[in-house]
Amino acid sequence: MSVILLIEQVLNGLQSGVMLFLMAAGLTLIFGVMGLINLAHGSLYMVGAFAAAAVAGATGSFVLALIASLVAAAAAGAVVELTVIRRLYDRDHLDQVLATFALILIFSEGTRWLFGSFPLFLDIPDALAGPVMLPGGIQYPLYRLVIIGVGLLVAIGLFQLIARTRIGIRIRAGESDREMIAALGVDISKLYTIVFALGAALAGLAGALVGAIQSVQVGMGEPVLILAFVVIVIGGIGSIKGALVGALLVGLTDTLGGVLLPGFFATFMEASAATALGSSLASMSIYILMAGVLIFRPTGLYGSR
Amino acid sequence: MSRAGLINLALFAMLPLTAGAALMLDEPFIITLATKVAILALAGVGLNIALGLGGLVSLGHAAFFGIGGYAMGILASHAQSFTPLMQAPFLIEGTKSMPVIWLVAVIAGALAALAIGALSLRTTGVYFIMITLAFGQMLYYFAISWPAYGGEDGLSIWVRNGFPGLNTLDPIQFFAIAFVLLALALWGAGRLAASPFGLALQAARQNAERVETVGLSPYRLRLVAFVISGAVTALAGALFADLNRFVSPTMLSWQMSGEIMIFIILGGVGRLYGPVAGAALFILLEHVLGGLSDFWHVYLGLLLLLVVLFARGGLIGALAGREVAHD
Amino acid sequence: MKFKSLMLAAGLAAAGSLALADGHAGKVKVGMITTLSGGGAGLGIDVRDGFMLAAKMAGNDNLEVVIEDDQRKPEIAVQLADKMIQSEKVDVMTGIIWSNLAMAVVPAATAQGKFYLSPNAGPSALAGKGCHPLYFNVAWQNDNLHEAAGAYANDAGYKNTFILAPNYPAGQDALTGYKRMYGGALAGEIYTKLGQTDYAAEIAQIRASGADSVFFFLPGGMGISFLKQYAGSGVDLPVVGPAFSFDQGILQAVGEAALGVKNTSQWNKDIDNAANKAFVEAFQAEYGRLPSLYASQGYDTANLLLSAMAKADVSDADAFRAALAAAEFDSVRGDFAFGSNQHPVQDFYVREVIKEGDVFTNKIIGASLTDHGDAYAADCSY
Repeated sequence: MSVILLIEQVLNGLQSGVMLFLMAAGLTLIFGVMGLINLAHGSLYMVGAFAAAAVAGATGSFVLALIASLVAAAAAGAVVELTVIRRLYDRDHLDQVLATFALILIFSEGTRWLFGSFPLFLDIPDALAGPVMLPGGIQYPLYRLVIIGVGLLVAIGLFQLIARTRIGIRIRAGESDREMIAALGVDISKLYTIVFALGAALAGLAGALVGAIQSVQVGMGEPVLILAFVVIVIGGIGSIKGALVGALLVGLTDTLGGVLLPGFFATFMEASAATALGSSLASMSIYILMAGVLIFRPTGLYGSR
Repeated sequence: MSRAGLINLALFAMLPLTAGAALMLDEPFIITLATKVAILALAGVGLNIALGLGGLVSLGHAAFFGIGGYAMGILASHAQSFTPLMQAPFLIEGTKSMPVIWLVAVIAGALAALAIGALSLRTTGVYFIMITLAFGQMLYYFAISWPAYGGEDGLSIWVRNGFPGLNTLDPIQFFAIAFVLLALALWGAGRLAASPFGLALQAARQNAERVETVGLSPYRLRLVAFVISGAVTALAGALFADLNRFVSPTMLSWQMSGEIMIFIILGGVGRLYGPVAGAALFILLEHVLGGLSDFWHVYLGLLLLLVVLFARGGLIGALAGREVAHD
Repeated sequence: MKFKSLMLAAGLAAAGSLALADGHAGKVKVGMITTLSGGGAGLGIDVRDGFMLAAKMAGNDNLEVVIEDDQRKPEIAVQLADKMIQSEKVDVMTGIIWSNLAMAVVPAATAQGKFYLSPNAGPSALAGKGCHPLYFNVAWQNDNLHEAAGAYANDAGYKNTFILAPNYPAGQDALTGYKRMYGGALAGEIYTKLGQTDYAAEIAQIRASGADSVFFFLPGGMGISFLKQYAGSGVDLPVVGPAFSFDQGILQAVGEAALGVKNTSQWNKDIDNAANKAFVEAFQAEYGRLPSLYASQGYDTANLLLSAMAKADVSDADAFRAALAAAEFDSVRGDFAFGSNQHPVQDFYVREVIKEGDVFTNKIIGASLTDHGDAYAADCSY
């Protein structure tokens, strides 16, 4: 395999990694602050993509579409938090799993009710279409580079938000001692709503960004959700840093495994059998990675609990 | 007898009564539905050993359900095509005999639960939920991309497997098999809960440190519970595959794990008969709501949400009033 | 679910008259199991709408249809089939979209003496050794559209194609079908993960492979993702695929990225015959959208059934089977006949994606295979 192809695949792995980070960051934040496991996070990803597709279809503007995805997902997140989620903070994980599983059913079929059964159209803006030439003669889609950039910017912004701002201080305080910050007079329920909406907005943004190069359809959130779970288990639940490292690891493993494993087996096996075995193993590779990490670090790379 | 006891008895009698009435009315499909309820309830009873007794919220029990299904599918497909399962170092033939298939399913389910449990139980709480989910997905993707046994298409078995002395193709006789197994599992689970092991397990759920100080290992207790749970769920999987005469990776999907968990919640957590009530209610809803609207999942979701938020005792809890469940 | 309640009413009425008329001379009860909820519901809805349109246009009171949703789950499909056979006591079954569901339902249904007319799935196992006298496929054998794509690649002069499909049985059949007809070399052959949404890695491999063309089979959302990403990658090799990724239902979601792409199909809305014109017009009038491939298959399935009902009574299985096998109905595809394994022998076309006003759609640009059957017919004996 040529070096150029390898570099290109590494970029692809990075791109899928940063998108996973947007999903995983929200999940891990919500878990870290509220102790809530949210299966419906994938539905918020879907809400973002559908909102973007609807607004892009009506206005033709991609920027408006992105804003719509943020607003719609944050709004959906806030509504869900106010009506359902806040009743779940004191419950055990089982109730949380079940209630958010129920939310998936409602979101998925509700979206199909509103938008029909066919996938929606969402395209990348003309300004970002087509490939660019990178140093070394690598042709790479501009939009994917932009996604990597946006993802990294959001990551930096999130770290700044948590390290520097007032709300960040409260979030960190909430992670370490919930009763204490409530006793200090912080409106804890408002904080929870804000954190949940923030996580939802990140998922919605990921949905819109990815929706432009994939298919905007009902059920698009669940495969990403499960990958995001793997990410935060690897990174350590509650850790934003862990989510970033885990997301990049999973993105790279998933992409490179699919490319390298069949080739590896082909060196000593018959071609079609190598493809079959290689792709079977590649589809399991991230779970094997996760099991490996857990054997050595049961709370993930950066987990504390 | 307490009110909950009466309800349990009524629930238990409901299945054979429904099946019997359907037989009189010549409605074989109702019998098939009752059989489905019995089998899914059995899967729920299996999960409930880990979840209700051990407090282990496994979102990957579809893995064991599917392993049981594939044990049936693989053995029966070899018997059906008269090709041996393996020839070296010794010959293993396929089989169409239910008891043999059950045994293989139970052993396979137990071994898988041992491997998955040994790794997953190193973690607790939300990690455990996500890890069991991820292991389930791993098997799901493996089953899809593994071409030898049909991949995503799954395996069709033309004729239902046999049980000595019975005609399993007759809906009511197959129902009887499933129901007897469910009754045995309920009896076994009840005994287990009351046994020293079961008590220690429940104690480990409530306070692991305390159990440790008396010299018991919570990890081992939980692992044993997880293995028993996986084995029972695998048995249900083998029966489910026989009910449909078909097995496919769908049985391994995480929605299946969620559904098995829903049976427990709908019926009432921590109740021995919860899965029976939950599975019956779920199948009933599926057929009533499914007939009313293409979008019946919305209503199912709303109902589930209401139960989780406001009726924590589930169906049995609602019927039994404020009486507390057994823990 | 307005159909169902309507049909239920019809069913009750039929049950009433049944008692009077003793037996159901001329009546046929059809059990349709198809995907109406969840992912892939668009296909099932189209098949149902096409079928019911034909039934409505025929106005034949002897045809009764019961419709159930399989949610694309094989277990549900099997249970619904049991219900159709045990409770509803249907004569004919139809509707299944997916090969894996068909494999779960069809052998058991035909073994219990029910006719099965497939409006979409055509797995090779049911076309060859596993064929059955009561099983008719009205759409295609699964390999067909891919074979047509291979034949087109020869005509277009492609010598070094890169081929890809998801790693599951229908994907493997697709590449086998393509290679059966294609005469050139392969620049690469990849199996992707089922349900995969990111194809950057595959596109990079295509770019590096030195291929002169690309063939892909990625049904549903997978194809949408692939085409959008391919269009943005700057790789401008010609792409060929089967009609599934360019169908009316999903083409709007692909948009510009699909323009000009060649795809192979046994039907298009511009096939010039009276039956097709009537179908396209009536479908638009009834449902307010352009008909899809799947709708045309559902429509043909109903018309085949109606043609057999006109000639024989379903209680006389041999006569009814002969009437079905004759296939004397006006297919929207023009010429249509059954081969020895009761799968279609028909023409396949090459279509190009165009834009008509604001709507993306297909236009036929040439023939690919004529009077083409399938490779498994020889293995079939009743």
